[in-house]
Amino acid sequence: MKKKSKIIIASASMMLVVLYFFPMWIIDLDAPQYPEGIGLHIWINKISGQKPNDLNTINGLNHYIGMKIITPEDIPELKLMPYIVAFLIFTGLIVAFAGKRFLLNTWVIIFFLVLAAGLFDFYMWEYDYGHNLDPHAAIKVPGMTYQPPLIGTKQLLNMKTTSLPHIGAIVAGISFMLGVFVMTVEARHSRKNKEPEHVKQA
Amino acid sequence: MWSRIKLSKLSYLALALLIGGLIFIVCSPKKDTMGTDDAASKVFVPPGSYDDFYAFLSGGFSGQVSVYGLPSGRLLKVIPVFAVNPENGWGYTEETKPMLTSVHGFIPWDDSHHPELSMTDGVPDGRWLFINANNTPRIARINLGTFRTDEILEIPNSGGSHASPFTTINTEYVVSATRFSVPIPDKDVPIASYKENFRGTVTFIKVDPKEGDMNIAFQILVPGYNFDLSHAGKGPSNGWFFFSCYNTEQAHTLLEVNASQNDKDFIMAVNWKKAEEYIAQGKFKEWASEYQRNRWDERTQTTIVEKLNKVKMLDPKECPDMLYLMPCPKSPHGADVDPSGEYIAGGGKLAGMVPVFSFSKMIKAIEEKAFDGDRDGIPVLKYDAVLAGEVQESGLGPLHTEFDDKGYGYTSHFITSEIVKWKIGTWEVVDRAPTYYSVGHLMIPGGDSKKPWGKYLLAMNKITKDRYLPTGPELTQSAQLFDISGDKMKMLSDFPTIGEPHYAQGIPAELVRKREVKFFDINKNEHKYVTKGPREAKVVRTGKEVHVWMTASRSHFTPDNIEGFKVGDVVYFHVTNIEQDWDVPHGFAIKGTQNSELLIMPGETCTMKWEPKKAGIYPFYCTDFCSALHQEMQGYARVSEANSNVPISFNKD
Repeated sequence: MKKKSKIIIASASMMLVVLYFFPMWIIDLDAPQYPEGIGLHIWINKISGQKPNDLNTINGLNHYIGMKIITPEDIPELKLMPYIVAFLIFTGLIVAFAGKRFLLNTWVIIFFLVLAAGLFDFYMWEYDYGHNLDPHAAIKVPGMTYQPPLIGTKQLLNMKTTSLPHIGAIVAGISFMLGVFVMTVEARHSRKNKEPEHVKQA
Repeated sequence: MWSRIKLSKLSYLALALLIGGLIFIVCSPKKDTMGTDDAASKVFVPPGSYDDFYAFLSGGFSGQVSVYGLPSGRLLKVIPVFAVNPENGWGYTEETKPMLTSVHGFIPWDDSHHPELSMTDGVPDGRWLFINANNTPRIARINLGTFRTDEILEIPNSGGSHASPFTTINTEYVVSATRFSVPIPDKDVPIASYKENFRGTVTFIKVDPKEGDMNIAFQILVPGYNFDLSHAGKGPSNGWFFFSCYNTEQAHTLLEVNASQNDKDFIMAVNWKKAEEYIAQGKFKEWASEYQRNRWDERTQTTIVEKLNKVKMLDPKECPDMLYLMPCPKSPHGADVDPSGEYIAGGGKLAGMVPVFSFSKMIKAIEEKAFDGDRDGIPVLKYDAVLAGEVQESGLGPLHTEFDDKGYGYTSHFITSEIVKWKIGTWEVVDRAPTYYSVGHLMIPGGDSKKPWGKYLLAMNKITKDRYLPTGPELTQSAQLFDISGDKMKMLSDFPTIGEPHYAQGIPAELVRKREVKFFDINKNEHKYVTKGPREAKVVRTGKEVHVWMTASRSHFTPDNIEGFKVGDVVYFHVTNIEQDWDVPHGFAIKGTQNSELLIMPGETCTMKWEPKKAGIYPFYCTDFCSALHQEMQGYARVSEANSNVPISFNKD
């Protein structure tokens, strides 16, 4: 690996530290009764309200339509994710120091799998909350489910629900793209240099 | 023939003139009484937009304070202060009942007169609003974060608190002076012994700069006059207070005649820095005086009542150079200090001009001993020696003056029903505007402070007669808004008020809004009977007393079915609103309650005392439309005969 590539991979790994300080995802709820706004932040280790009591309020509102109470303490992913991110940072740094293309490729693939699994898991979590409704709920609208979109906007009864990546996810995305970029550059570089290297060795 | 024709022509002419005149009178627009053409746009605040100013109007005989937005004149809130308010349980809940107690017991009503904002460096700071109870002398402090009354302090040795509650420039003190002189200390004497026995007091209340807690620092024994209004000095006159007084005749019967005999009454100047020195030197006497201080404790959400029994009293006879009397024509009302602190405008309510006194001339007169004798040992300063000028032919019945930021005074005239604008320094009248009708006080936001925001003037009128659709014999009072940004005052609107506003305060909205409290943090709720979640709900009987720990949240109470009450029980419903969201109060009412409802803000605990008289089923429900399922927010209490053995039972979520 070239020196530049090593620096970029080291930076890409270190960037992931941002995930410990900023939310990954934001879910905004827009309803006539909440002109001041209400919504959730999803972090690698917690789910919090945009304002101090938003989570409680959303849980209170959700009970009308029979959604489960969101208790971040009971979501195992939130316990696991800080370690997964730490693993990515740590291994990324090893890749940068070792400078082996094989390790780099492996790291990028693992990173991809983590991202894919994360998004899938998040989608499934949203699906579960939106579909598994209490049959005794006060408000039952035939055919209606309340799964928020993964990315984008959807009208759920009186709530216009907008779900978007937040700083954490954006930074993770950039970090991953940097990994892919370096992987491609290194691959091309290695192909180009194959002949002369061979000659040199001979 | 000729003379007959001429006569008839003349009479035709006269008839024509008469009819023409009538048509003119009927059809001519009532220009003066309708405001100006562009007025509508000046008071229009579009839906969803905010007003520029908060205006706090006293409720007068309603006992409360009303909060309006200016320029729209929209009523935003009525803050209960001195009168019970079943609408939100003020004076009915176990927590707030003690706020309205005094040495006279529980007082459900009073007459609130003069609101006064707390100040920092002579400018309203939006922290607290003080207001006096005229009837049973008390001063209240309203918290402008919660818009609630946080403290009520009783004033001992007083027969009515009227020249109150005016504050010094950094809210070091709030004062209260007696309207009705009485024997001090009070005793059983013939009323005819007025001159011998009746006296007044001026009370200085120290205000804690951080918490706002009020404590009586000292009182000054003053002659038996009626003290009417006051203002603190500022700038050069900081350290002084000015009180208007009437009935210097010391009449005790038919005051309308007997207290109107003297050509001049007084504005009493009090050197409070000097008074502080005398207190520090120990020149006071400790007087046994019973009074009560009721303070709201945010932490436990209850009233802390303290019974106090002494005050430090200063007698002017033993404290020279502390009080001076400035002669002021004909039963003065206002004693209003201009923004610079140099001028004090008097308002002789039976006079036809406004005398303005000069602070620097007053100091010079004191130094030169330009006295006109004394009253009860208090030097009377020579009128000419302290007068800065007179606003001549201002109108009849000048009452009260406020100032703008461009060097003008505005004086309300009750009898001629008008506001008169005059120039400080030249004392000439530059404009006058009629009010409808009989204006009492007027208010310019910051108009009694160092920094008036001289855009609007609000006149508070006593008579409204033909101004609104009639409502039987009892008509509303009114407030009229003027634009005073130009040379001429322009009436913009008038709107009805609650009770009878005597005085008002105005302040730019942002100074108050930054303190806004949206709800109470349930984690900080240390009420003795708080229920922080449905799991903690319970019902406990101790003898005939039953306590219910109940939660309210959208859209249910926990518990919502309670059995085991008995006739003769004293039941306390302690309802905690466990919501932590803005604008989600819950109400609580139960059939046959001899109390008001509870109106519980998020994070708060309120208690209703309930004494069921008959066996049966008693529904209870939420009274504030809280949610889509508000109508379902209800429950039942079962009351059994006194000798029954139905045990206490209740359900939980």
